[in-house]
Amino acid sequence: MEVARCSRHGSAEGYLEYVTTLPKPRGPLGVAVLNALADAPTREVPRIDVAPESPDDAALTLWVLHELSYGGFDEVDDDAESDPELMRVRRRLERDLEADLRRRWPGVPEGVELGTGFFDWVADQDGPSLARFVQAQATEDQVLDLLRVRSVYHLKEADPTTWVIPRLPTAAKAALVELQYDEYGVGDPARLHSHLFARGLEASGLRPEPGAYVDEAPLEILEQNNALSMFGLRRRLRGAAVGHLAAFEATSSLPSRRMAQGLERLGFPAEMVSYYTEHVEADAVHEQVALRDICVSLVAAEPAQEPEVWFGAWACLDLENRTATRLLSAWGAAA
Amino acid sequence: MLLRGDHVVRDDDGVEHRTTRPVSAVCRCGKSASKPWCDGTHKVLPAKLRP
Repeated sequence: MEVARCSRHGSAEGYLEYVTTLPKPRGPLGVAVLNALADAPTREVPRIDVAPESPDDAALTLWVLHELSYGGFDEVDDDAESDPELMRVRRRLERDLEADLRRRWPGVPEGVELGTGFFDWVADQDGPSLARFVQAQATEDQVLDLLRVRSVYHLKEADPTTWVIPRLPTAAKAALVELQYDEYGVGDPARLHSHLFARGLEASGLRPEPGAYVDEAPLEILEQNNALSMFGLRRRLRGAAVGHLAAFEATSSLPSRRMAQGLERLGFPAEMVSYYTEHVEADAVHEQVALRDICVSLVAAEPAQEPEVWFGAWACLDLENRTATRLLSAWGAAA
Repeated sequence: MLLRGDHVVRDDDGVEHRTTRPVSAVCRCGKSASKPWCDGTHKVLPAKLRP
C-alpha cells in the first residue's frame, strides 16, 4: 500500500521565539510597577499607592500588567502575573478605564434589534477611516508608522477573545471556537493571522517581535489594547468582549481591501499585502458568525448580556475613531 | 450565505472553487471582487440591491 504524504500543514520550523523586553514607563506609576517587575521575585513587590500622573502613565502601566497574562517578558518572573499587589494595581487601572468608557457610552441604541439592526447601526457610526487614507493618500512613512503601532494588537491578534471561550453558553462557545480556529490558521501555523502580520512586518523591514513598538504607541492605541484585554480577562465583561468582536469584524472586510490597495499603490511587499487580503474574505465570514452565532446566541441564553454586547461594540468603534483621529491629525491629514 | 465544512462551489462559468475555511461566505449580491466568496461589497450597495 502506498500512502502519499500530503499535509496541508506547514512546517513548524522557522517560527522564532522572540525576546520581549519591558517598554519605557510614562510616569511615576509606570516607574514603580516596572521597577517592581524587574526586582521580582528576589524582592517582594512593595505596596504601590502612587497615582498615575497622566492617561499615558495609566495606559502603559495597564498594558504591561495585561501583557503578563499573554507572552510575559523575558526579564520578568512568570509568577508576577498573579502577584496580589500587582493585581490590585491592575484592578484599579481597569476600574478607571471601564468607568471612563461607561461615562462616554451613549447607552443601548433605541429601537434597534441586535440580530437584524446591528450591521446598519455599525454603518451609521461612521468615523474617520485610516484605511481610506492609506488607500488613496498616505505616504510610505505614514503607513510604516501605522503598521508599527497596529503591531501592538496584530501580533497577538485574536488572543484577547480566546479568554472568553469558557465563559460562554454552549452555542456561542461552539461558534467562537469556530471563528478562532480560522484566526489561528485552521491548524496551519503559517496561516495564523498574527504570524501573517509578523511575516509582513519582517518583509517591510520592521521588527516582528511582540511589543517591539509599544514605546511608539500613542495613548489611543494602548487604550484599544487595554479595553480588549480587560473585556477578555474579566468574566463579568464577556458580553462586551463578544460585542467588541462583532463590531471589529463588521468594520474589517472592506477596510482591509482598502489597506491592501494602499499597500500595493506604495509598493509594499506581498507578505504585508496578503495579511490584509486574507482579512477581506475571512472577516466577511467572521462578522456573520460573530453577530448571529455568538452575540445573538449569548443574548438568547443570557438576556441580561444584551446591553453589555452593545457597550462592547460601541467601545470598539469609539476607540478606533479616537485612534484614527489621533494618527490622522499627527500626519496633518483632515480627520 | 454561510457554508460550514468542505464544499465545492461551481460558478457561472463552470469553474469549481473549493472552500478553505471552517466557514465560508458565498457572495449573494453578485458584486464581490472575490467571487464566489463574499468580500463585504454588499455593504456599499443601495439597500434595494442588497440580498
